[in-house]
Amino acid sequence: MKTHEQFADDLALYALGDLIGAEQQHLEQHLADCAACRRELQMLRGDLGLLALSSSGPQPPARSKERLMRSIATEARLQAPQTPRRSLWMTLIPAFAALALLALAAALLLNRSNLQNQLATLRTHNRDLTDQLDRLNEEVRLLSAPDALHVSLNPQNAPQHPTGTAIFSPSQKRLMFMATNFLPAPAGKAYELWIIPTTGAPMPAGMFKPDEHGNGMIMGEKMPEGLTAKAFAITIENESGSDKPTSPILLVGSVG
Amino acid sequence: MQPTESGPTKVSDMHLVSGIRAGDQSAMSELYDRYSKVVYAVALRILQNAQSAEDLLQDIFLQLWRNPGAFDASRGSMAAWLAVISRNRAIDRLRQRRPETDIEECIVAGTHDLAEETEHNLVVEKVRQVLAQMNPDYRKVLELAFFQGLTHNDIAEKTGQPLGTVKTRIRAGLQQLRARFAG
Repeated sequence: MKTHEQFADDLALYALGDLIGAEQQHLEQHLADCAACRRELQMLRGDLGLLALSSSGPQPPARSKERLMRSIATEARLQAPQTPRRSLWMTLIPAFAALALLALAAALLLNRSNLQNQLATLRTHNRDLTDQLDRLNEEVRLLSAPDALHVSLNPQNAPQHPTGTAIFSPSQKRLMFMATNFLPAPAGKAYELWIIPTTGAPMPAGMFKPDEHGNGMIMGEKMPEGLTAKAFAITIENESGSDKPTSPILLVGSVG
Repeated sequence: MQPTESGPTKVSDMHLVSGIRAGDQSAMSELYDRYSKVVYAVALRILQNAQSAEDLLQDIFLQLWRNPGAFDASRGSMAAWLAVISRNRAIDRLRQRRPETDIEECIVAGTHDLAEETEHNLVVEKVRQVLAQMNPDYRKVLELAFFQGLTHNDIAEKTGQPLGTVKTRIRAGLQQLRARFAG
């Protein structure tokens, strides 16, 4: 079987997740009918697998396996999926979004003559909206969690009075951090947030570089099960991140 | 490279996946021991952050626990499949977007069996040799596209190459990798 030459370059891009909009749609329509191109796509993914295997590095930390085995020991299997219970608010957000999409679709149908382009545009909007809704839902759950900690971090020796707020929910295992008035990070460096647990060493909780206004944010960091925080702190580290603080604490805030 | 037969005490990946389907945590433990290093290495190379790489490692194996049927051994090796899933999820995180790869739809062809450490090391060594011998222009665009997650538009802008050249080099680089690896 031969692949169709006109799709050859796009198949490689598709395997990389680098094809969007009308081009993606066009190729997917072709793939639905062409076994040779489907096979070539699988082969290209196999090639990408080989490329990935050129990576090597340290073994993952031992705690990682312990964490995984703890999680699977307690996790309900999803082979018989249950409909998650949602609050009215959570149910209405997608409904409003769907209505907005329908309105958008109607407007586009009236104003554009090329139906193919309209559908491609709507698909992109739909995906963007879904992305935004997913992120929003996660952040709403974090912000409204009864056990969410809101902790302000204050400067120690910083002259420009940077401030930061950490929001952490142990039950949701998620953390958010908002920074203001931060100086730009030195070249090759970034700010790193630390959770200081009630027992044990500080744990890295995300990194950020402030924008031109000095603002920065760490969104939706997932944290380990059973983590109890007594404080949060900020240091400057290499932008690739560090497992432990290697520079003086710039900001610190205690729980409670 | 042909698939290796499991030795008398070596349990096949598919057997372990069947165990996971039945809720056998020891099967999950064994599979993690075999492939966590692959997943972690890919995640760390792309994300450049140990904590983020560890989180991704957790997510991927948890997803495998929840949905072991997503892997079909008749259509490729577990190591390559996990490596591709890891890369795609790491790039999703770099781009701060929700996961776009449906693991059930991600079929990865290939016959190399990397359950054995020695087999794995041989494959890694051979892939590196092939990459080292590859046309540097091809290797460069593959590196930017695969490990840095740049789009072909980004690569064209960054390198000053025409868009069509970038697309062709990505494809040609992958085909060269395949041909030389098999040769």
